[in-house]
Amino acid sequence: MCLFVASLIIRRFMSKQTIDAPPDLDSKQLKQETNEVKQRQKDRLRGLGRDQLIELYRQMLLIRRFEEKSAEAYVAGKIGGFCHLYIGQEAVAVGSISAIRKDDILLTSYREHGLALAKGITPRSLMAELFGKATGCSKGKGGSMHMFQKDLGFYGGHAIVGGQIPLASGTAFATKYRGTDQVTLCYFGEAAVNQGAFHESLNMAQLWKLPCIYICENNQYGMGTSLQRAMSLSDIWKKACAYEMASEFVDGMDVLAVREATARAVERARKDYLPTLLEIRTYRFMGHSMSDPGNYRTRAEIEKYQERDPIKLFSATLLEEKIVDNKTLEEIDRKVREEVEDSLRFADESPLPDPEELYTDVYADPIEPGRK
Amino acid sequence: MSTITIREALNQALREELARDETVFLMGEEVAEYDGAYKVTKGLLHEFGSKRVIDTPITELGFAGLGVGAAMAGLRPVIEFMTFNFSILATDQIINSAAKMLYMSGGQFKIPIVFRGPGGSAFQVSSQHSQALESWYAYFPGLKVVMPSTPADAKGLLKSSIRDDDPVIFIEQERMYGNKGEVPDDPDFTVPLGVADVKREGKDVTIVARSLMVPLALKAAETLEQQGVSCEVIDPRTIRPLDIDTIVESVKKTNRVVIAEESHPHFGVSAEISAEIMERAFDYLDAPVKRVSGADVPMPYAKNLENLAIPDVNRIVAAVREVAYLD
Repeated sequence: MCLFVASLIIRRFMSKQTIDAPPDLDSKQLKQETNEVKQRQKDRLRGLGRDQLIELYRQMLLIRRFEEKSAEAYVAGKIGGFCHLYIGQEAVAVGSISAIRKDDILLTSYREHGLALAKGITPRSLMAELFGKATGCSKGKGGSMHMFQKDLGFYGGHAIVGGQIPLASGTAFATKYRGTDQVTLCYFGEAAVNQGAFHESLNMAQLWKLPCIYICENNQYGMGTSLQRAMSLSDIWKKACAYEMASEFVDGMDVLAVREATARAVERARKDYLPTLLEIRTYRFMGHSMSDPGNYRTRAEIEKYQERDPIKLFSATLLEEKIVDNKTLEEIDRKVREEVEDSLRFADESPLPDPEELYTDVYADPIEPGRK
Repeated sequence: MSTITIREALNQALREELARDETVFLMGEEVAEYDGAYKVTKGLLHEFGSKRVIDTPITELGFAGLGVGAAMAGLRPVIEFMTFNFSILATDQIINSAAKMLYMSGGQFKIPIVFRGPGGSAFQVSSQHSQALESWYAYFPGLKVVMPSTPADAKGLLKSSIRDDDPVIFIEQERMYGNKGEVPDDPDFTVPLGVADVKREGKDVTIVARSLMVPLALKAAETLEQQGVSCEVIDPRTIRPLDIDTIVESVKKTNRVVIAEESHPHFGVSAEISAEIMERAFDYLDAPVKRVSGADVPMPYAKNLENLAIPDVNRIVAAVREVAYLD
């Protein structure tokens, strides 16, 4: 096992700068590197059917359009509170979830809309939750940061940074306790890695061999603080070494790279109850939340990463490989836009929660004091 | 009936519930190979194996959260804190995850978990290892808070807590593990949550006491009986939900009330009970509600100072005499 871990870590360490790293901001070879990324994506296409590839594209586009409309609805005052958008990170959700089963379990942070869509919660149910309506996936009690759907294995958005990581270790523990073979996918931003909850969880997961895949969505900013200003060792995948856990560094702008890395981790978890840490490097194109002015990074930086827009990159690959034509892509876009519009209408027309709901769901087993 | 200690009663409850339900497991620091820091889990590893009785690293936030996650997935974890002082490290998972999960998921995820261990004052361990935290946990809707004072209550309430579908904070008093009492032999014996127990009936003054204060209140009542004052001693047993009806009914009968607790007075359980009595039985009171609380200081180490920080029988007697206008 140690040798396996070591070889895996060494392989990723050796290859990190040359194969999967997203562009260095100082690099003048951005275009050339992007071409290299596209070439790698083309290599990864093999083995996947046309329908599968189109579905990956469709899901990413659905997330993008859903989030664009969420932003509009937020500005229009239809969505309250905080609203953390997933735009730019679509390949992480779609790539990783495409590598698991429906009965596998997923937990994440408050930046969750994209993951919820990829796990199969309907746009209607999600938009209604954002609108605080009774038809939402959490009956309007959770909002943007607390979406849940148990029957789809979506065990929630959790809004304390890093809070979901021990919970995910617990669902993985339960799987092993029962002797079944579900895996747990636990997503968190890179800022959560500085929390004790991350380190406590990884230690227990490797010690007890829990089938949990810890997925760090490294979008490089914890709110307005860059990774470099917050972490002494900013190669997050290396932190697995402290626990002798397998880890990989993954290009989060390439949906197929994410899918492949997740599939490797899923196999370890399902067959041998072994955890993995994946550092998936990505970038959010929008602010931390809808109320973020974004003064901590330049327009130029964002534009450079938009060159690697996971949806643009994938559509270009699909077109160049003649898997789809422009007409097909336009048709997908039209359908996706319709689906999102439908979710807005549904959310708008849905009823508010009944006032009596204020006092329901506090206890599963409510006790009227004094009654035996 | 058997006469056993609170420690043995808790051990019986854990053993019976582990045997009764495969989804129950016990996890915490030193619970397995060491037999428990306070020996509450003695013999359970041997009987149920390392799958069901699990030693953890010293990582309270981590294993508390892991327990909540396991409960989300349908197991019934019993998480032992070596003492509740260390639960402070785990409060994010207890409060933000366990207490709120059912509500914010719109009723989808119940959390049937018990967090248990010793709490309250201990013997000469100074400030960080000797404190009462029940008012913290009782503040949060979604949690249930239980504090037994006898072996029978300890056993019956722990069994009910493990079978309950909500997160339960189960605080055992560190000084009381060796206290003995009668416990029914029936393996199906349970004590329902949310029901106060009248530990002694009386007609002149009500004493509301919980945990360590219950035996002290009973001793005070004996002393006062000899002085011609009849005291009713009520143990709420469950702090949340609180059986305020039983307390209010007693106050309506006696018209006088003393609340004894070892916790700090400010913003605590006695303040809540006082407020509820004021709201519901103001016209029945013949004297202001009197509180006897722990000193409003961190717990000191020196024996004489520690004694001063924790209420004793004499202070309870003096408080009763005060509300009865005897002095």
